[in-house]
Amino acid sequence: MEVYMDNAATTRAYPEVVQLMNKIMEEDYGNPSSLHMKGVEAERYIRRAREILAGILKVEEKELIFTSGGTESNNLAIIGGALANQRAGKHLITTRIEHASVYQPMMFLEQMGFEVTWLPVNAYGLVDLDALREAIRPDTILVSMMCVNNEIGTIEPIADAAAIVKECNPNTLFHVDAIQGFGKVVLHPKRIGIDMLSVSGHKIHGPKGTGFLWVRDRVKVQPLMLGGGHQKGMRSGTENVPGVAGMAKAAEIEYTDFENKLEYLYGIRSYFIEEIEKLEGTVVNGGKSRGSLNRPAEDQQDACAAPHVVSVSFQDIRAEVLLHALEETHVYVSSGSACSSNHPAISGTLKAIGVEKRYLDATVRFSFSFDTTKEEIDECVAQLSRLLPMLRRYTPGGRKRGGKRV
Amino acid sequence: MYKAFLIKYGEIGIKGKNRYLFEYALMDQIKFSLRKVDGQFEVTKEQGRVYVEALTEYDYDEVIKALSRVFGIVAICPVVLCDNNEWSNLCQVTGDYMERTYPDQHLSFKVFARRADKSYPKKSMEIGADMGEYLLDRFPDMTVDVHNPDVALNIEVRERTYIYSISIPGPGGMPVGTNGKATLLLSGGIDSPVAGYMIAKRGVKIDAVYFHAPPYTSERAKQKVIDLAKIVAAYAGPINLHVINFTDIQLAIYDKCPHDELTIIMRRYMMKIAEHIALEEGSLGLITGESIGQVASQTMQSLRATNAVCTLPVYRPVIGFDKNDIVEISEKIGAFETSIQPFEDCCTIFVAKHPVTKPNVRAIERSEHHLVDVIDELLKTAIETRETILCE
Repeated sequence: MEVYMDNAATTRAYPEVVQLMNKIMEEDYGNPSSLHMKGVEAERYIRRAREILAGILKVEEKELIFTSGGTESNNLAIIGGALANQRAGKHLITTRIEHASVYQPMMFLEQMGFEVTWLPVNAYGLVDLDALREAIRPDTILVSMMCVNNEIGTIEPIADAAAIVKECNPNTLFHVDAIQGFGKVVLHPKRIGIDMLSVSGHKIHGPKGTGFLWVRDRVKVQPLMLGGGHQKGMRSGTENVPGVAGMAKAAEIEYTDFENKLEYLYGIRSYFIEEIEKLEGTVVNGGKSRGSLNRPAEDQQDACAAPHVVSVSFQDIRAEVLLHALEETHVYVSSGSACSSNHPAISGTLKAIGVEKRYLDATVRFSFSFDTTKEEIDECVAQLSRLLPMLRRYTPGGRKRGGKRV
Repeated sequence: MYKAFLIKYGEIGIKGKNRYLFEYALMDQIKFSLRKVDGQFEVTKEQGRVYVEALTEYDYDEVIKALSRVFGIVAICPVVLCDNNEWSNLCQVTGDYMERTYPDQHLSFKVFARRADKSYPKKSMEIGADMGEYLLDRFPDMTVDVHNPDVALNIEVRERTYIYSISIPGPGGMPVGTNGKATLLLSGGIDSPVAGYMIAKRGVKIDAVYFHAPPYTSERAKQKVIDLAKIVAAYAGPINLHVINFTDIQLAIYDKCPHDELTIIMRRYMMKIAEHIALEEGSLGLITGESIGQVASQTMQSLRATNAVCTLPVYRPVIGFDKNDIVEISEKIGAFETSIQPFEDCCTIFVAKHPVTKPNVRAIERSEHHLVDVIDELLKTAIETRETILCE
């Protein structure tokens, strides 16, 4: 039985997506810029995709810029946003738990003479909103914050954050990296005061190499791809028609019957955590119960989890070894800590939430999709309970703590 | 412009009556190296020289790259060919060659003429003198210097006339296949590919053994070793890579032997397995990338302890090299970037905090005695279940 639990890395494309893309590549392969019928046909797919995606986010169709994926969307928002607004100031704000496609552009801008404030997070990975309030200055031009953390699955309080940003400095742009959030939370960026939102196609069962940046009308962004002036000059390059159509199709499916699917997935998640906590020497990182975009009450900080990501630390186990051992039984997961930046302000999510040093290398990320079944969870947990004692026999700590010599 | 290449080889010249064997091996390796280059080539041998002639259009840089990886070649001279007809035609062709090759023209030259075809109307001396005169007339900025010329212009009259003056260095060494076969213990590191390269350079065909320890080493670590084998194979010819599943042996050692001796005991079993495969595959020795004192398992004492399990000679071509020297060769052969990819190999996972640096062979043997019930079966299984991958 193959158990794919690495859906935060990428997902399997929905069959409908593949079908549609096949048809476009084989039959409706025109260039949307062409004047003839073939071009018009292709353009229709792009229009339709705009309709679908704008409908989901409740934004204007013309506000979407199609890109090559999450990384490009984040780069465009941050570098493009900073360059276009640098006359108003050179101060940027982000958090210590961002993805590399946010913090690398931030570091690039630091080298270009911008100043960046890196906000801390608490033990659940929630961004410190008081620190945000204090950090905003008259010359702050952009705040960038993720919607759902990719390593531990915390849903950040972006609605409250947006309110704070606009209250402290109405001219400051607020960008949200929603690459892990889109398809797993209900997002209406315009209503909560966001200015830019990054999305990736392949995290929601769409094709790789697709994504988009939503940019609120009248927000100035400097384009980074210059050329033939496609997409109103915001992103030159022939549109990836099959990719864009496939991504929209995937989003449409993802958000159909959404509340029920969400309910189901949170159920799967709770079940998984219950089973995991029965195993010896395991710690689940981050919040445990259902979260939302609005900041949880102070006494309910535990309730900030996205449905699809669970980060687990295993005592006396090396994540990479466990990953490969699981791989041998066709269970696919990811090792927990991705960040290895040298920047003093960036520590990676696990370090930032204060995970003990001995657990940093011992953390595995399990990530689900709406298709994940209880049987798959059972298989995964069964393999874990078989492998953990075996692997612990061969680590110094594991032996000390009672692993038997054979 | 160049229709042929003159291949100069060094050490083969002194091999006495075996010389033809070395020359044929060299020609085989040249043909092999050119098989992936677009175009048709003819490799011929005459009077102690090997020529590569292009029969079709070809890419110059590709040919040079391929030839400069053939062991045994000391230098590659790109040659312009001219039919033996009017003297004026040869002058024209030679002059054009000089003009294109040395656009600056402020240089001294000397003509080295040879006449293999004795029916040619001019003698060697006359060819030299007359060609010199023609060139001096045509290029006023050029001078003749018979003692220390900037450019040594060679003109060789055979059934056609060969004109050349450029010499591109080859790798030297001896053609692969002229010195038997040896088995390389290949890890994912920097040293072992360099060791394989250096021994292959002496004309030795290479077989390789890699110890894979899933789940402690990943598929990517194995792919990296395959990539490294391919890089060495670009010089050494096709390499059979034997992948041994070493996990069970490693775990058994971990279970039953003192932890400060893990690495040294592991190395000893690796050598044993490698020797077994070497003998099966007809190798005459083992090759390792060990260098004295580099790590705990490469002290003089450790080397003695690992060496003690083998009867075949173990060749350690980088034994006296500093890491920097090894890195230099690694970069030169294009292996460095692959070698430093950060995938764990089995050496780095089962390492004690303080491994023994001065192991005593008798003590190690006593520790290994704990494995006596299981080890024969484990070794047998590891050898029998090996996967062999052809890397070229």
